[in-house]
Amino acid sequence: MALEVDIRKQLNGFTLDVAFTADTGVTALLGASGSGKSMTLRCIAGVERPDEGKIVLDGQVLYDSEKKINLPPQKRRVGYLFQRYALFPNMTVLQNIGAGLSLERDASVRKEKQRSLLTRFHLEGLEARYPRELSGGQMQRVALCRMLAGEPEAILLDEPFAALDSYLRWQLEREVRNTLAEFSGVSLLVSHDRGEVYRMSGRVCVLNAGSSEPVVDTSKLFERPKTLQSALISGCKNCAHAELLSPGIVRVPDWNLELICEPSGAGGATHVGVRAHYILPCAPDAENAVRCRILDITDDVFSRVLTLLPPGAASPLRSELDKERSKDFRVGDEVCFVLPKEAIMLLGDAVENE
Amino acid sequence: MEQLIEILKSLDFSPLWISLKTGLVATVLCFFLGIWTARWVMRMKKRPKALVDGLLTLPMVLPPTVAGFFLLLIFSLRRPVGEFLYASFSIKVVQSWLGCIVAASVIAFPLMYRNARAAFEQVDIELIYAGRTLGMTERRIFWRVVLPSAGPGVVSGTILTFARALGEYGATSMLAGNIAGKTGTISQRIAMVIQNGDYATAGVWVAVILIISFVIVVLMNVFADSRLKNVKRW
Repeated sequence: MALEVDIRKQLNGFTLDVAFTADTGVTALLGASGSGKSMTLRCIAGVERPDEGKIVLDGQVLYDSEKKINLPPQKRRVGYLFQRYALFPNMTVLQNIGAGLSLERDASVRKEKQRSLLTRFHLEGLEARYPRELSGGQMQRVALCRMLAGEPEAILLDEPFAALDSYLRWQLEREVRNTLAEFSGVSLLVSHDRGEVYRMSGRVCVLNAGSSEPVVDTSKLFERPKTLQSALISGCKNCAHAELLSPGIVRVPDWNLELICEPSGAGGATHVGVRAHYILPCAPDAENAVRCRILDITDDVFSRVLTLLPPGAASPLRSELDKERSKDFRVGDEVCFVLPKEAIMLLGDAVENE
Repeated sequence: MEQLIEILKSLDFSPLWISLKTGLVATVLCFFLGIWTARWVMRMKKRPKALVDGLLTLPMVLPPTVAGFFLLLIFSLRRPVGEFLYASFSIKVVQSWLGCIVAASVIAFPLMYRNARAAFEQVDIELIYAGRTLGMTERRIFWRVVLPSAGPGVVSGTILTFARALGEYGATSMLAGNIAGKTGTISQRIAMVIQNGDYATAGVWVAVILIISFVIVVLMNVFADSRLKNVKRW
């Protein structure tokens, strides 16, 4: 089963231009807020209409501007989990779940299904409650249950954990992950949280100001992002303009450095990126060692963030160390740090490439 | 005191029944028309929406006599529409109870329409989206999701509509006239007896109107407080 999306829509301030294919399993749409993720989901669900393009789910055309096809949301068999769940406040848990079974005409079958869903989502005993009488976790279970009741072929999750605090979030995330693992269709998860995306999805599509990048394996995005935008959104703290001098040597003017890097796959690189936790103190004679001045030390919850300035550099580097390892450093110290060759990511620029 | 009892004994109560009947029928009419129109206008594009909304709200801001003038232009027996209605269906709007209903409905309609629309517009759009993705028909979404969520606004709109229809004077007097026992509403009766200098009888009718209006306002507050019991609102 696959969901093919290729749509364009003019929005306030930018144009949504998204093209990707999501296969069975969880695919994430990762992007900053306002990058058009939710709008993409709405277009797929059919509650918003793209200006042009095509959406195909498992061979069935949901939308095609050329053939003038635009199936109403009721006929798309696409489930939608809303950020704030959108449970009907005037209906009980049982009625909410029943709403998801609107397409089931036979009343006895509907009753039967309602029962088995209640059991499956551990909602027994809550049938008669109203949404406002439920905890956040219960609300999410009702919403998941209601969405899956209609046996959709694809499900769309719109930042399902954005409104939760971190403790509850972890627990609910696990529940959703289990539910998604049992689901046999296409799941599309929208998120701006890279950790969530890493934990929940197998494939990921980065959205940047309305434009999508090719879908890649989630682990690839974090290990080897290909563009500056993916590197930034995957949490890379050190990115700068770079020139490739020869295969394996790159010059970074902002840091006033020439660095040795892996020679492979560097066509069209315009930037480099180095993740903060790879920049570590080292011996002065190591490869890619740089003597830096410590500009600032900031304590984070379990680590310490050091702002480092290489000699003659215009912009600083950021290093993240565990507290034990960094306890002797003081602001103003000059210390050797290494930017390991394997950790230097050569990046293209998605915007400039267009 | 004795004078009051004397007045009550000889009082013709027909204005009360005529006003209540007119108010009820006009409210039922406005309820369905108002809700239907609100939905229709909400689906319109921005520009035509502003125009249509303006036209529909006009009876509320116009002097009722101006509305009455237009109604006469339409329904007078010497005008095409009025003549046609009378000749073909024996329907007579002028100088009849039907005229009371038409006048009260036209004047009270904007209250229902505007309140219903405001109530519908504050319904969370995600609830409607949810209904659609769950396969609910548009009709079902409206009756099961939108209307319950908009309930309090719709109820207060209905009560206001009834209050306005009950007390309508200007357009009614022009279109339906003041025929005792037929089109003589409370407000028209008050005006008439005052012209005759009968302040005591006027006072009795004023008291009746005061009581009804007060009950309506209290009812509104009760509904506004209870709202939808199972929804948290500020």
